[in-house]
Amino acid sequence: MKISPAHIIRLYDRFEFLDKEGSGQLRLEDFAEVKELAMNPIGDRIIGAFFSPGQETVDFPSFVRILAHFRPTDKNRAKDSTQPEPVNSRTSKLKFAFQLYDQDRDGKISRAELLQVLREMLGMQVTEEQLESIADRAIQEADLDRDDAISFEEFRKSLEKVNIEHKMSIRFLR
Amino acid sequence: MAAVWRFALVLCVLLMVSSRTTLGGEARSEDDHSTETSTGSEHGTSTSADSGADHGTNSSSGHGTGTGAGSGTDSHGDSHGDSHGEHGHGEPITTLPIVSWKWHHVTTPYLVALWVLVSWLCKLIIEANHHVTSVIPESALLICFGFILGGIIWGADKVQTFTLTPTVFFFYLLPQIILDAGYFMPNKLFFSNMGAILTYAVIGTCWNAATVGLSLWGCHMGGAMGDLDIGLLQYLLFGSLIAAVDPVAVIAVFEEVHVNEVLFIMVFGESLLNDGVTVVLFNVFDAFVSLGGAQIDAVEIIKGIISFFVVAFGGSLVGFVFGLLISLLTRCTKNIQIIEPGFIFVLGYLSYLTAEMLSLSAILSIVFCGMCCQKYINANMDEKSVTTVRYAMKVFANGSETIIFVFLGISAIDKALWVWNTGFILLTLLFIFVYRFIGVFFLTWILNKFRLVPLEIIDQVIMSYGGLRGAVAYGLAMMLDESKIKEKNLMVCTTLIVVYFTVIIQGITMKPLVTWLKVKRAGISELTLIEKVQNKVFDHMLVAIEDISGQIGHNYMRDKWKNFEEKWMSGLLMKPSARKNRDYLFNVFHQLNLKDAVSYVTEGERRGSLEFIRNETAFVDFKKKFGDDFSEVMPDVTADTSGDHVPVSSILRDNVPSVSLEMHELDMKGMRETEDVNSHHLLQQHLYKGRKQHRHRYSRSHFEVNKDENEVQEIFQRTMRNRLESFKSAKMGIAPPKTISKHQKKDQQQKMPNGKSMDKSKSHPFGDEDFEFSEGDSASGGEASGGSYPMRVTYRAGAGIENPAFMPDLDPMAPMQIPPWLAEAAVDSDTVAPSQRAQLSLPWTPSNLRRLAPLRISTHSTDSFVMADSPAIQEGSDRRPPPPPPPQGGGSHM
Repeated sequence: MKISPAHIIRLYDRFEFLDKEGSGQLRLEDFAEVKELAMNPIGDRIIGAFFSPGQETVDFPSFVRILAHFRPTDKNRAKDSTQPEPVNSRTSKLKFAFQLYDQDRDGKISRAELLQVLREMLGMQVTEEQLESIADRAIQEADLDRDDAISFEEFRKSLEKVNIEHKMSIRFLR
Repeated sequence: MAAVWRFALVLCVLLMVSSRTTLGGEARSEDDHSTETSTGSEHGTSTSADSGADHGTNSSSGHGTGTGAGSGTDSHGDSHGDSHGEHGHGEPITTLPIVSWKWHHVTTPYLVALWVLVSWLCKLIIEANHHVTSVIPESALLICFGFILGGIIWGADKVQTFTLTPTVFFFYLLPQIILDAGYFMPNKLFFSNMGAILTYAVIGTCWNAATVGLSLWGCHMGGAMGDLDIGLLQYLLFGSLIAAVDPVAVIAVFEEVHVNEVLFIMVFGESLLNDGVTVVLFNVFDAFVSLGGAQIDAVEIIKGIISFFVVAFGGSLVGFVFGLLISLLTRCTKNIQIIEPGFIFVLGYLSYLTAEMLSLSAILSIVFCGMCCQKYINANMDEKSVTTVRYAMKVFANGSETIIFVFLGISAIDKALWVWNTGFILLTLLFIFVYRFIGVFFLTWILNKFRLVPLEIIDQVIMSYGGLRGAVAYGLAMMLDESKIKEKNLMVCTTLIVVYFTVIIQGITMKPLVTWLKVKRAGISELTLIEKVQNKVFDHMLVAIEDISGQIGHNYMRDKWKNFEEKWMSGLLMKPSARKNRDYLFNVFHQLNLKDAVSYVTEGERRGSLEFIRNETAFVDFKKKFGDDFSEVMPDVTADTSGDHVPVSSILRDNVPSVSLEMHELDMKGMRETEDVNSHHLLQQHLYKGRKQHRHRYSRSHFEVNKDENEVQEIFQRTMRNRLESFKSAKMGIAPPKTISKHQKKDQQQKMPNGKSMDKSKSHPFGDEDFEFSEGDSASGGEASGGSYPMRVTYRAGAGIENPAFMPDLDPMAPMQIPPWLAEAAVDSDTVAPSQRAQLSLPWTPSNLRRLAPLRISTHSTDSFVMADSPAIQEGSDRRPPPPPPPQGGGSHM
């Protein structure tokens, strides 16, 4: 099951709305226009996730492809191994979340990277050393091979009990 | 074995109840002998007890309990006493009675207390055997116990003297249960399923009421029940009272089956809200019945609908207002900490009564009151008060739940109540069951079109099957006016049967059904920080995606609400200090730390006490610092307790909660020779503490103010340190720079130039949360005790100097605690603002620090390289401007 044509149309409307220049490509500034996003502590990271490395703009297909991560997972879907992994599967959802942390794309969330995210989210409410101890503890919890960083595999394991399918899904894309 | 045990308990219960009678008998005869007047007063006793019969449950006459429990043996004597006329009160006394029998004096409260006790003992008996409760839910067993008790009473009395009356139920038993439900409501879960819950609660309940009423009426018309004097409106009234799912019964059953949280919140939320709805419906139909069929026109019906909404929303609003009120109040209850938990109960109850007074929905009111205030009061109040509230809430709720079930059972044993009409009763049962299923499936079908996560068929089955009726229905049925509704008894009787059927039969079968259908259970999830962090990221992510795709989904709404809440409500309702540390993640972190600390301590206790205390050198030092604080707060006490007369055992006991271990196992080896010195020191250090506690015990308004906070803080600190050590031994002294700047600021604020806060923040760079408390406390304490400086100083000096042998011990750990630049800062502050105390305390502090300084610098600099760059940079910048009088400042004092 793919995104329905109706959804595509809706998303395209939105895309055109965001695309102020009408170039068919969204630039970083176009995303910055969304006011609420500026208030979002990790808004920058999410915008960043729309741009594949090295590219300055994002076209409509990639725009939809990114959003498709947030489609609810289809439970009744037959599990045929022939098809490529759907973009809204648990693993791809997790990958998406993982790369929000992993800004240098080395496949590991380092302590500094985690700290950065925490700092953005908790902001002024906690002091730096509290942040650090939180980060330390979080890494300690997930870090299985004691390399002081969280690999994707460790990340996945640490969230095993979390219902990612629900937590990373948005209703309208259903 | 278990059977014997239970039997013994049953006997106990009976004895408890009957002891009053026998006691009464003895006292009576004694009285007869001793004085003449007392007989008169004794007669008054029984009569006044009887006249109190309209008090409801607990009002029963004295002889009721007595004979019931005594199995009729002494019923003769009692009824004899009963038959005496009403006199004796006014008679003048001729002589002074030394003791008199004043049963009438205490009848009502005595019976209340006795019944509470009996009900709780029932629970005790039931819970003594887990094999039974795992099969049959507790609520069902309690009802069965009620049957037995009721049978005993009835057997002796030939009339049911104790029943659950609506007044008692609605005013004294129900509120705390609902408040508890509201206070512990998982708000996020509730609000994200709010739409579905409201649909079930409002539409579902109306549907149930209407269909049950109409179908029964239809069957009546068809002649299925014979000759009954019930009209259509009465049927609808009956339908409305029987429609609601009961929260008490639902919680009791579902608590034991652990279904997944969405399913639970659905059933539970529905049962809570639809109680409000059903009471409203009941009142509307009750009014209609009073009006009579002829009077009802379109206007009245519209009025009814309007009143429905006004009552429901008005009730919620009242609750909301009271919730805000509680939150505001708890902002300023810091000085009356001991009674601050009480406010929640009193105001919660007031919100219930206020709504009732305004004829709004009292149940909705108290639910929302609890839901609104939970966040703010938990943040505003002291941790201990919060714990108190939690436990007290549970005590009240669980206690009254027990009483309700027992009395539901007792009420059944009443011949006057039982009017059997097979058709009516069986059809009611059938309709309730069937329409519940239809309603749930239909509504879910609609809801599933809009839900992100559709409710599955299995969930729907459980939801339908979980439609347990309970005491609210019974209470409402008892409220029916017999003059208006001729068949009241039939209705009450049917309601009771429905309650028994749903609670007992469905309750028992619920667990097998859940297992059989493989309903998704609630995962027993370990609290992990990474998970919480991730959840937070998910939340932000969803909001961002909704923003980007331009949708207004409920993530968007939630975000908007959160912003609004943060901006306005929290600012208004939360203490500034509480706001600072109320971040969710941080709280989780804090909880985890506390948990760890507790487990460390348990572990230590398991291994034997002295062993681990002794080797906690670092923490001994830590302790010393707190000792300063203690001595400041309570100078006189600390000063006069420096003699050693507290037994070792008590010291150890005292010490246990504040000590952790494990990490230092390895250090133990080389420290044997210092053990004696150490334990001696320990003794000294703990002396003042023991004494202080002792003293506090006599205070009604403060209790272990100093001890606990510091202890908690200490546990916190230690855990932090241990944890860090455990996985990264190199990262000991991270982030001191922050602390420096921080504490300097604090010093200025406090205007306490004794460098105390300095000591503290220095010694535990993590966990500022707890700081806030102790800081404030010790500050005020210090101010209060300003006059007694000298004493404190003597003590301090003693602590520092009398034990010179101990000082070397401090060394190994000192590096962890006081980095050199901090030491400088400490010294610095002392020189800048030298107080008498600071100067006296200097002799030992700087010497230690100085000796260690070189070592410290080296360890730390490696640390900072290993660590993330940002702190290192800060360190550098902080270190660069050296304090004006460098280490020599300390030297001059030596």
